[in-house]
Amino acid sequence: MPAAAAPAFLQIRDVVKDFGGFRAVNHASVDIAKGEIFALLGPSGCGKSTLLRMLAGFEAPTAGQILLDGKDVAEFPPYERPINMMFQSYALFPHLTVWENIAFGLKREGQPKDRIAERVDQMLKLVQLSKFAQRKPHQLSGGQQQRVALARSLAKQPQLLLLDEPLGALDKKLREQTQIELVNIVEQVGVTCVMVTHDQEEAMTMASRIAVMSEGRFLQIGAPTELYETPNTRFVADFIGNVNLMDGTLDVDQSDHCVIGCADVKHYVGHGITGSEGMSVTVAIRPEKIHVTRKQPESSEFNAVRARIKEISYFGSFTVFHLVMPSGALLKASQANTQRHRDEELTWGDEVWAHWSRSAHVVLTQ
Amino acid sequence: MKLATSAAFNRWFGRGWLSAGYLFLYLPIVALVIYSFNDSPIPNVWRGFTLKWYVALASDREMLAGLWLSLKIAFLTACGSVVLGTLSAFALVKYRRFRGRTLFSGMVNAPLVMPEVVVGLSLLLMLVSIQRALGFPERGMTTIWLGHLLLGMAYATVVIQSRLQAMPPQLEEAAMDLGARPHQVFWLVTLPMIAQSLVSAWLLTFTISLDDVVISAFLSGPGSTTMPLVIFSRARLGLNPSVNAIATVIIVIVAIGVVAASWLIAHSERRRQREMAEAAHT
Amino acid sequence: MKHLRRWFSGRTAVIALPMGFLLVFFLLPFFIVGKISVSEMETVTFKDIVTYSEGVLQLSIKFGNYFFIAEDPLYFNTYLSSVKYAAATTVLCLAIGYPFAYFMARARRELQPALLMLVMLPFWTSFLLRVYAWRGLLSEGGWVEQLVSWLGLNQVLYALGLLSSPEQLMHTPFSLVLGMTYTYLPFMILPLYANLAKMDLRLLEAAADLGATPWVAFWTVTVPLSKAGIIAGSMLVFIPCVGEFVIPELLGGPETLMIGRVIWDEFFSNNDWPMASSVAVVMVLLIIVPLAIFSKYQAESQERAR
Repeated sequence: MPAAAAPAFLQIRDVVKDFGGFRAVNHASVDIAKGEIFALLGPSGCGKSTLLRMLAGFEAPTAGQILLDGKDVAEFPPYERPINMMFQSYALFPHLTVWENIAFGLKREGQPKDRIAERVDQMLKLVQLSKFAQRKPHQLSGGQQQRVALARSLAKQPQLLLLDEPLGALDKKLREQTQIELVNIVEQVGVTCVMVTHDQEEAMTMASRIAVMSEGRFLQIGAPTELYETPNTRFVADFIGNVNLMDGTLDVDQSDHCVIGCADVKHYVGHGITGSEGMSVTVAIRPEKIHVTRKQPESSEFNAVRARIKEISYFGSFTVFHLVMPSGALLKASQANTQRHRDEELTWGDEVWAHWSRSAHVVLTQ
Repeated sequence: MKLATSAAFNRWFGRGWLSAGYLFLYLPIVALVIYSFNDSPIPNVWRGFTLKWYVALASDREMLAGLWLSLKIAFLTACGSVVLGTLSAFALVKYRRFRGRTLFSGMVNAPLVMPEVVVGLSLLLMLVSIQRALGFPERGMTTIWLGHLLLGMAYATVVIQSRLQAMPPQLEEAAMDLGARPHQVFWLVTLPMIAQSLVSAWLLTFTISLDDVVISAFLSGPGSTTMPLVIFSRARLGLNPSVNAIATVIIVIVAIGVVAASWLIAHSERRRQREMAEAAHT
Repeated sequence: MKHLRRWFSGRTAVIALPMGFLLVFFLLPFFIVGKISVSEMETVTFKDIVTYSEGVLQLSIKFGNYFFIAEDPLYFNTYLSSVKYAAATTVLCLAIGYPFAYFMARARRELQPALLMLVMLPFWTSFLLRVYAWRGLLSEGGWVEQLVSWLGLNQVLYALGLLSSPEQLMHTPFSLVLGMTYTYLPFMILPLYANLAKMDLRLLEAAADLGATPWVAFWTVTVPLSKAGIIAGSMLVFIPCVGEFVIPELLGGPETLMIGRVIWDEFFSNNDWPMASSVAVVMVLLIIVPLAIFSKYQAESQERAR
């Protein structure tokens, strides 16, 4: 029997937040380990920002507890918590220089002047803005402002770092670059980090674990691959990446395989599921797992369907085929363009076969 | 095509209207200045150039005493109005719900439009009632100051409130997040950001107090005659070139002040825009 | 949670100080005016409503003043003419000020701060002095009078009833309305400009795209959107004009009855404080509706700006 594990560094226990009649956070619970980068992911209005604000101290939970290193943070106002936040709009003080912005938190602690100077210089070096120390925020570009905001939030060596849509204000090119830089800095410092985002790509690339939220609830918590390959609900399957969802009935359910009948196709799934025959289920298949060929595959009784190409979306590195199945339902299949010229160039209107392996499915009951 | 001709018409009509409007606005001011140099007791008929009215102004004890008193009251009014205005602006912007908010909002805004005779009369009657009960205050500088404070507070609140509202709340949250207690947030973050509006409010309430006639008339006592009251009593009697002289002095000071302030603001704003544009290109 | 209260301490003080000041120096005086309006005037000051002498508690409320106001047609006419002149001033300010603010808002972006400053400059200069200046300009024998005669305008104004005789411009309804319009014009222009400058010009482009001529677009898009500015400006002009004293005193004449002068005269000339109070109370009741509109507009514009 494993020894009792030490309590998690950040424990969110059954937290509820009501605004009047509206429940923004609905019994959220999760344990976050020290040094983790944890993402709260969900569409706008799902409660992720409210939860973040409760961690920061700008909102108080209606019920539930938040424990940081064993201590209940609700007893402390935001200015007494060892938690610092990087705001979406950066919220840099316009009347202070970069240097003074970063030093702000340290001065409130009453640190001696030389220690403050040392720490600020250290932070400036960390984000590579040493030359800009005397500039004011309006004299900086968006990316530079973000780095100041990050340096400012790390200056006090907080036990918990909160990131509110960290990359929301940046354009695409800058975003990719910044994602990596940001993660590197956070990992270098080793601080526990909770970030909020609506962009699933951002969450997938930056976080070690993600909690998908909808309507105030955690739907699924797990590592990016886990969420992507084995979503537990339609919502999660659909929210993260692209997915094809097909409703059907569980025809055969054995311990090592099952068969699900859908409108256009019979799925042979290479594992059993907990359920009763005849129940309704949804089969989720990621587009990249579907092969599109002119030739009929060898075994076409299961996991294969005839379809017609309705649309082709060309993305340069990959192509997405929008297929129409006999019942009229749509199927999305994506293929990487590994070769310059394909042998069989597929085009609009072509009749093709879409097929996949028996391990490509995720069977969902919710 | 219709759009083109109408655009041209718009432009010329617009220029004409604005010019006529500005002419209308500045005509009396220019007239005041010109006739202050008029060597004639009848201000409307030009006789010759003279500085005698300005010379007379220097020994016009009544006017100068009034000016000095008005300046003192205006200074105190401006300071008091900014303090009260900041507090009420803060209350209205930061505290979304509190008991009596509607009443408070109504009371703060009402002096902006309430006819001054009503304000002056009511305040006086109340002060007299207090005086009968408690023995003080005597009518004089303090009572005038209180009346001006009421008016000034309303104006100051409007000016400061609009700036406070435009300030993003994340700045104050960020300050708290970094360890600043609420009063530190105010002094270190909020105040510097609204500083410009505080200066505007100060200047505005100073001007309003300096210029006030009706409230001063109701609330003044023997020996506390403000400059506007001196001017008013002289103006009632007829036309008096000494008034033109003091008017010109005031106009010149105000004009220099307003133009200088506007230029400074425009200049710093232009520089700021330039710096932001440069930063975006790095 | 109670901790939140602790964190934002000082809140009561921030609200209490200005609230207290206003309650004592703004609201309370109104009640006192009401009380005095029903009391008797003695030689130097007013008599108390409640007196206690020889074991008798006596309450004497004199409604006579109000009856007097209701009966004497002079008061009614004065209230009416005050509202009339205030309304005329408001309409004129709107007619002159709206196009003014409109063209200011449509001028080149770089010019606008200068244009705004030029409107503000007279506002910062003493209003008393500027009203006095009109007194000089409109006086007999002046060049303005000569210009108006030459243009024949004085005959037009006389025909309209704004002048009691074609010769005299001063101390007439004309000079009064001119003076009030002049003084309150910036109060109309500023809120209108603030509103029009913030308008999204792309809305006009959309209207043109959908087939509206500039004239139609103006009335169907610009004007409705500036409604808030129009109301604000109108209230800022109308309400104080009703009770104006200085301008009617300096520029008005015997036939321009204004209620502000009545209150002043009752107080300073007749030394009848209760009478002055009752006249004031009735005036406040008169403007209570526009006052409420203004207050609501102010509160709403604050909410919108959130």
